[in-house]
Amino acid sequence: MVLSDQDRQLVAEIQGGLPLSSHPYAEIGERIGLSEQEVIERIAELQAEGVIKRMGIVVRHHELGYTANAMVVWDVPDEQLDAVGEKLGKQSCVTLCYQRPRRLPEWPYNLFSMIHGKERERVLDYISDLIKSQGLEQIPHQVLFSGRRFKQRGARYL
Amino acid sequence: MDETDRAIINRLQESFPIAHRPYRQAAQALGIDEAELIQRIEQMLEQRQLSRFGPLYHAEKLGGGLSLCAMNVPEDQFERVAEQVNAFPEVAHNYARDHRFNIWFVLATETPQRIDSVLKAIEQTTGYPVYNMPKEEEFFVGLRFHV
Repeated sequence: MVLSDQDRQLVAEIQGGLPLSSHPYAEIGERIGLSEQEVIERIAELQAEGVIKRMGIVVRHHELGYTANAMVVWDVPDEQLDAVGEKLGKQSCVTLCYQRPRRLPEWPYNLFSMIHGKERERVLDYISDLIKSQGLEQIPHQVLFSGRRFKQRGARYL
Repeated sequence: MDETDRAIINRLQESFPIAHRPYRQAAQALGIDEAELIQRIEQMLEQRQLSRFGPLYHAEKLGGGLSLCAMNVPEDQFERVAEQVNAFPEVAHNYARDHRFNIWFVLATETPQRIDSVLKAIEQTTGYPVYNMPKEEEFFVGLRFHV
């Protein structure tokens, strides 16, 4: 989808958040010269096209008690990557699962999955259960827990 | 945070109405009124339990660049480098991790081409290499937190 200038203006206008008032879309429209109905239609279209993944709450998971945040990285043989990626992505404890490039020789891992939990012990249990239930014993992996968070802000694109 | 706050978080992480009175519509489904929903969202934002109330964008579809980057920095240089990395406005978030690769950050740029130049600038400023690990395939993106 190619964004028009007007769409880009809309995207920029709401990227920091929606107005917390009874007619948020009308308010946005006033700022950028569109009617409420036009704003509603454009946002619905952007969502249908996947430019907006979803609208609503973005949490600070740390503040909600999800302090044990593990990045589990796997060195999966290339020919098994899709199958293992699909399997991991289906597990309820996995919140993200991506293929990324290896950076040899220092970094041999090509599949990244995130597992968030409230306690490290629980997260480690999830991981060992996952390895057993999915038969991943032969695939080298490492668990990188997050330490301090230095910075978290929403990405700004425009 | 009470039951109503939890219900708001769980439900409004899934979706939010795109309609004439969206808060009223969402509030009805939660069994509260519009003013209460708005006030509770405001409060959770103030208390920093929520980072944002609005759209979650797909960076690439907006024409932007997005990448995960890692650095391997000696312990005694860690503070300085972390601070220098954070000073770049393109760094969206940055976590320390307990590994030889100890600094992990996400870069978000206006165009995909900008990723490389920002990486080079970070390398020059910090004096350490940056390992760029952009997403090649997406198997799952849920990232919802049940409370």
